[in-house]
Amino acid sequence: MSDFRAETRAWLEANCPPAMRTRMPDDEQVAGGKRATYKRPEQKQWLDAMAAKGWTAPTWPTRYGGGGLSNEEALILEEEMQDLGCRTPLRGMGLSMLGPVLLEYGTEEQRQAHIPPIVKGEIRWCQGYSEPEAGSDLASLRTRAVLQGEHFLVNGHKIWTSNAHHSDWIFCLVRTDPTAKKHEGISFLLIDMADPGVRPRPIRLISGASVFCETFIENVRVPATNLVGPLNKGWTIAKRLLEHERKGIGGIGARAAAKFEIPVEAAAKRYAGETNGRIADPGLRDKVAAFNMDSHAFQLTRRRAAEEAEAGAPPGPLSAMFKLQGTELNKRRYEMLLEAEGFQGLGWEGEGFTEDELRFTREWLRSKANTIEGGTSEVQLNIIAKRVLGLPD
Amino acid sequence: MTLTLNEEARMVRESAMDFFNQKSPVTALRKLRDSNDQDGFDRSLWRQMAELGWTGFLVPEEDGGSNFGMTGLAQVMEAAGRTLAATPLLSTALIGASLIALAGSQDQKDTYLPPLLAGEHITALALEEGTRHAPGNIALQAVPDGTGYRLTGRKTFVLDGHVADTLIVAARTDRGTALFLVPGHAATRQRLTMVDSRNAATVTLDNVALGPEAVLVRPEALPLVLDRARAALAAEMLGSAQEAFDRTVQYLKDRKQFGVAIGSFQALKHRAATMFCEVETTRSAVLAAASALDHSTNDAAALVALAKGKANETLYLCGNEGVQMHGGIGMTDEHEIGFFMKRSRVAQASFGDTAFCRDRYAALMGF
Repeated sequence: MSDFRAETRAWLEANCPPAMRTRMPDDEQVAGGKRATYKRPEQKQWLDAMAAKGWTAPTWPTRYGGGGLSNEEALILEEEMQDLGCRTPLRGMGLSMLGPVLLEYGTEEQRQAHIPPIVKGEIRWCQGYSEPEAGSDLASLRTRAVLQGEHFLVNGHKIWTSNAHHSDWIFCLVRTDPTAKKHEGISFLLIDMADPGVRPRPIRLISGASVFCETFIENVRVPATNLVGPLNKGWTIAKRLLEHERKGIGGIGARAAAKFEIPVEAAAKRYAGETNGRIADPGLRDKVAAFNMDSHAFQLTRRRAAEEAEAGAPPGPLSAMFKLQGTELNKRRYEMLLEAEGFQGLGWEGEGFTEDELRFTREWLRSKANTIEGGTSEVQLNIIAKRVLGLPD
Repeated sequence: MTLTLNEEARMVRESAMDFFNQKSPVTALRKLRDSNDQDGFDRSLWRQMAELGWTGFLVPEEDGGSNFGMTGLAQVMEAAGRTLAATPLLSTALIGASLIALAGSQDQKDTYLPPLLAGEHITALALEEGTRHAPGNIALQAVPDGTGYRLTGRKTFVLDGHVADTLIVAARTDRGTALFLVPGHAATRQRLTMVDSRNAATVTLDNVALGPEAVLVRPEALPLVLDRARAALAAEMLGSAQEAFDRTVQYLKDRKQFGVAIGSFQALKHRAATMFCEVETTRSAVLAAASALDHSTNDAAALVALAKGKANETLYLCGNEGVQMHGGIGMTDEHEIGFFMKRSRVAQASFGDTAFCRDRYAALMGF
């Protein structure tokens, strides 16, 4: 493993452009897709270099363009990237959600068609799950797909479809049997958004940003071969995909400690004062320590889960708590930052505030969605109680 | 640092779990309490633990131990915590064995280690002088007298103090803190009856004369031994928290009200799930601290502060919630869940409460 670490580091040092070892502003995140634009050429260069090694999807099989790494190797890659400050070359729902699901449930044709473009960042995916009347109670969704020969005819209304207005394809949960019990009439369908019947509309949020959309689907004909898994068995896939989604969102707490983020303790010293190298206010110091300790223990737990998976243990109860704790910690992190900053953390725009200060205010607001999207914290607690602790309904 | 157990550590863990389940369930602690047992622990059981090698886990092979390490001892401590076993593991197998092995001269090791390893000699660290853990505040004076010293002062909350064959007393000298090996009978010892029914004593030294052979030669080992004690206690507390939690979840499944299991109520489900998360993150911190101590990594002290701090909070939570979720029966002495809550408070106060651990973690992490 130490060989792998050394080789990985050497490769990263040789191939990661200096401009990609800087803090990544939100508007420089790379999500790929047909309509991708790059503010700097290094973004594309870095993406292509990583994609060529399959390291945009480090643990996926090499025959679909992935990196073929073990979990432990992937963790080392992540640690070395964090240490060097390398930007994540590519993000998106293709990588974090759809790819793992296709690897598990897709046909060979579906994998061949869809996974390599995800690894290379050529196609951007979004998620069509929630509907206006189906939030935490996702299984009550009503978007209809009617099988008509070789095609499904799809009609419905999805919401919280992140970045739908920048995406090329959407994976959707659709109702294919309205007479069955609500969990048993759902299918998992891949839909090309090039069809003019698919219309995304951005929604403005409390942070001022508009990453979420609502997406209207009207009389869209989808080839039957785009069905993933058996007809009416989409709920199983949906749950599995949510596990991947939660893992991704739960990782936010860990990623927030990355090289260019301002640690909470540094903000506390800078804004609230420092005495002999320590946060001057003992009350604030105690709160910062409590938060950092919880974050530290959480990161150790992520690492333990990776080690256990590497040792061949089945995915254990630990994964169930990562989404919950990762997102709760991320929210707490921004609350701690704001508390440390005082008035300086409460600016909205204009003079009097630094770029970072204004960014934190928005990220603080954005972080509130972490414990809602992908299943609320309350839903996560229900899942742990039921599946891990075996408590009755 | 590794967060998974190797084959040997797993075997130690399993055999320790079996040992305490069979030989020292919670009823054993109740019996020690109700019979006003003079020793506060079972001497024959302690000798059996010594035969299993647990007293030698932190002692080098050349001194008669196995040097198996903190990760192994943490498994034993966790198992002991699951049944609230009252044993001299912490006072003797951990602190006494470590201090003598790390700080003792060859003569001191030859004198004290063989009986200690055999389970025939109990030690107790006389450190605290106030109402809380404060290793930096030592007022007890050691006054030079010929080639030796005379010690006068008072020590509070000395774990296993009243049964110790040897007290290891931290005292102030003109050259800083020193550690003295004091025969137990040379001190006035007042046994304390604590809420957790475990051993503690107030120890008073009145002009006790000691020769040079009583001075541990490397007192600078004390901070490391205190970190080992914190890590081991954190492991014990993890075991107690896990047990209190497991029992509470079982009760939520068994107890019926309004015609259904009370575990079907979301108000209780969410709190149980929260406890699960806390126990699991605490387990990671405890494993990390023990592994870091075994590998002497630079972050070992911070990980120990993390482990003890998390264990404090988690056992507090699981003890309190355990009693609350058991309802009326949880308030009775007949039921065992209350024992876990009572143990929680004494264990929290020992070797660093939550405020201490947070402050220490912050200082070690540069803030």
